[in-house]
Amino acid sequence: MNPIVPMIASTVVAATPLIYAALGETVVERSGVLNLGIEGMMLIGAVTGFATTYATGSAALGFLAAACAAVALSLLFGFLTLNLQTNQVATGLALTLFGIGLSAFVGYNYAGLPVNRLTPITIPGLTAIPVVGDLLFHYDIMVYLSIALFVGVQWFLTKSRTGLTLRAIGESPSVAHSIGKSVLKTRYLAVMFGGAMAGIAGAYLSLVQTPMWVEGMSAGKGWIALALVVFGTWKPTRIVVGAYLFGGVTQFQLFAQGFGLPIPTEFLSMLPYAATIIVLVIICRDPKTILLNQPASLGRSFHSAA
Amino acid sequence: MDQSGFADLKPRLVLTGITKRYPSVVANDDVSLSIRPGEIHAVLGENGAGKSTLMKMIYGVTKPDAGTIMWNGQYETIAAPAQARRMGIGMVFQHFSLFETLTVWENIALALDEPVPTAKLASQITEVSEKYGLPIDPYRLVHSMSVGERQRVEIVRCLLQEPKLLIMDEPTSVLTPQAVLILFKTLRRLAAEGCSILYISHKLDEIRALCDTATVLRGGRVSGTAIPRNETNESLARMMIGGELAECRLAPREAKEERLKVERLSLTSPDPFGTSLKDVSLTVRSGEILGIAGVSGNGQKELMTALSGERLSPASMIKLLGQPAGNLNPAQRRAVGLTFVPEERLGRGAVPPMSLAQNALLTGARKGMVQRGIIHPSVMKTFSKNVIERFKVKCGGDQSVASSLSGGNLQKFIVGRETMLQPRMMIVAQPTWGVDVGAAQLIRQALIDLRDQGVAILVISEELDELFAISDRLAVIADGRLSPSVKPAETSIEQIGTWMSGKFGDRADDRAASANAHLETANAQA
Repeated sequence: MNPIVPMIASTVVAATPLIYAALGETVVERSGVLNLGIEGMMLIGAVTGFATTYATGSAALGFLAAACAAVALSLLFGFLTLNLQTNQVATGLALTLFGIGLSAFVGYNYAGLPVNRLTPITIPGLTAIPVVGDLLFHYDIMVYLSIALFVGVQWFLTKSRTGLTLRAIGESPSVAHSIGKSVLKTRYLAVMFGGAMAGIAGAYLSLVQTPMWVEGMSAGKGWIALALVVFGTWKPTRIVVGAYLFGGVTQFQLFAQGFGLPIPTEFLSMLPYAATIIVLVIICRDPKTILLNQPASLGRSFHSAA
Repeated sequence: MDQSGFADLKPRLVLTGITKRYPSVVANDDVSLSIRPGEIHAVLGENGAGKSTLMKMIYGVTKPDAGTIMWNGQYETIAAPAQARRMGIGMVFQHFSLFETLTVWENIALALDEPVPTAKLASQITEVSEKYGLPIDPYRLVHSMSVGERQRVEIVRCLLQEPKLLIMDEPTSVLTPQAVLILFKTLRRLAAEGCSILYISHKLDEIRALCDTATVLRGGRVSGTAIPRNETNESLARMMIGGELAECRLAPREAKEERLKVERLSLTSPDPFGTSLKDVSLTVRSGEILGIAGVSGNGQKELMTALSGERLSPASMIKLLGQPAGNLNPAQRRAVGLTFVPEERLGRGAVPPMSLAQNALLTGARKGMVQRGIIHPSVMKTFSKNVIERFKVKCGGDQSVASSLSGGNLQKFIVGRETMLQPRMMIVAQPTWGVDVGAAQLIRQALIDLRDQGVAILVISEELDELFAISDRLAVIADGRLSPSVKPAETSIEQIGTWMSGKFGDRADDRAASANAHLETANAQA
């Protein structure tokens, strides 16, 4: 069989968690908050989702629980950085370390247990079409929801009034405050949204990609999501393109390793990271694009003088 | 008050006994004020007199500790700006409250309480802006607009909500003289339609030209009320600073050898929102002050970074004391005998969390404060104590942290530090921006004294009055280009104003351009 079709299909599956995590973080950063704790929140989401689905048998409940658990963690981040105004970088790093440790502790007894993989949906008539059916209509529900999420985030940021407020707060919280916008409330909601998306991304790893719990299974994907946001210049379209690119090169190098190409595997494993960063650096090399899109207040604490 | 012509109208806003305390200072102490419909009321005072705090309380940004606010005959507690806007109070801030990366209509939509469809809002913006002679394009991005255009956006944003009271916080500090005239037309028209205007400023001429009544604040208290057109600048200044205004004198003096020569300097700005320098040439000689006027954002910042050495240029483009210096960094230029006072006080002129003594060390290390790599704290302290004493810097001593000083006091310290380093060439950007009248006089006099000692001085400022008072020669920077220089006595505010809008060349062109500018003004008013 032609290897292209399964390669593309697995690319989509590899890219989906990155899309969730990166789009969530985009909203967070657009509000001016830098949450470096994605990796930690993903792991907590992964272990919570796995444990819930293992106990109940329901993948839907698993994703829901994963989102809730990661939101709880993001609220902790929000309380520290927004209320107590701790340094966002340090707090985010601490959140990642905390997530890694806590997920390993909670998941200790779940290691190696099986859980049913979230199955792809079949659409009568469409899925059966050769090639096209396999390429477009043979994924699990979370893949289609990630596309919906992309459309939603894009619409929210560029078209909606709340999205406009969010971007304004990210650019200048003090000005937004002076015209009567609630900086704290908006940033809390953004941080919680980012948390929920990171949790879902984590659960996708433990319920779909490799349906089991392995300690530290996010393997740096949270960091890749963060890099996608920056190199995608905070624009959802570029971020999604970047995610698929990363997924694509990941799958390509796996297939290449399978075919036994005479290239050192270390070099192949490095490819996805190098390719994604090079391509995204090339698209965003115009400093004007960066300045126009980078939230000016990113990473800075805000407190109203009133 | 009868002379003001509003005696028959009920007051729109009455403030009684407003008091606001901050941990270290009483910003407002028992301030009372009343304004009627259609009245243009000046709130006059030096920086730190409490004008802005008072306005913030009317606009609901902060709350008073004591006192009452009566609006249209009813007592009100204004808890938030949104509430103030609903009541019909609009405010145009001194430092614009605009989001640079958003478009005009997005900026305006953010301030509206009800969502309005884009197309409808855009047509409303165009309609209101044309009605009041403030043309703006609703789809433009704010960062690409000049400061004057940004102010229009702020004003139109307020006008869309049909305010009953408009607060203008130092609106003319960023405008060319011609733009000021247009603004005054707009404000008079608004007042004629019954809108009350609170006009905050420390520019006495403007207040006498525009305002019906005035409340003068000094040190947080009301020091007097007046009908400005019956007063003189001197009498208003007396109320404002509680003493006589000193005049600075510029005795004619023969300029000597060239200390700074810039030849055909062109530099592309690294900041996409910045202005590139285009073919700038100038000379400053020993014993003269060259003033550079211009509306902010026309290349002043870029010129300053090129002259100070923050940005390097080809060596021969800048000559310092006769030697090529374009490729020298700031420390190397200081070693040649250059000192400079940047526009940004915190972050460029001084390190905010460090003490004044440590800040003195930063640029004064050569003056014996450091020997063989060891800091001599006693020299450092003596030096900073001298600066504090000579320039009357109000602070808790040489160990005070730079960020704890008010803008004006910190500026006195920075200017003092740089002048006491005995420079041969000095560059000063916005020497008196945000500095109160008394201190501004002190700083100007210090610059003149330095010139009389034979130092060459370049002053970049937005205050035209100041440049006319202290410059031997004047030039204008507009859109990164520098005009030819003229003696203040041989030019006029009008000509400099025309130059500020970028229309200069040879003299004949100027006259034509000036006529055009008048036409444009007339059109805008029609």
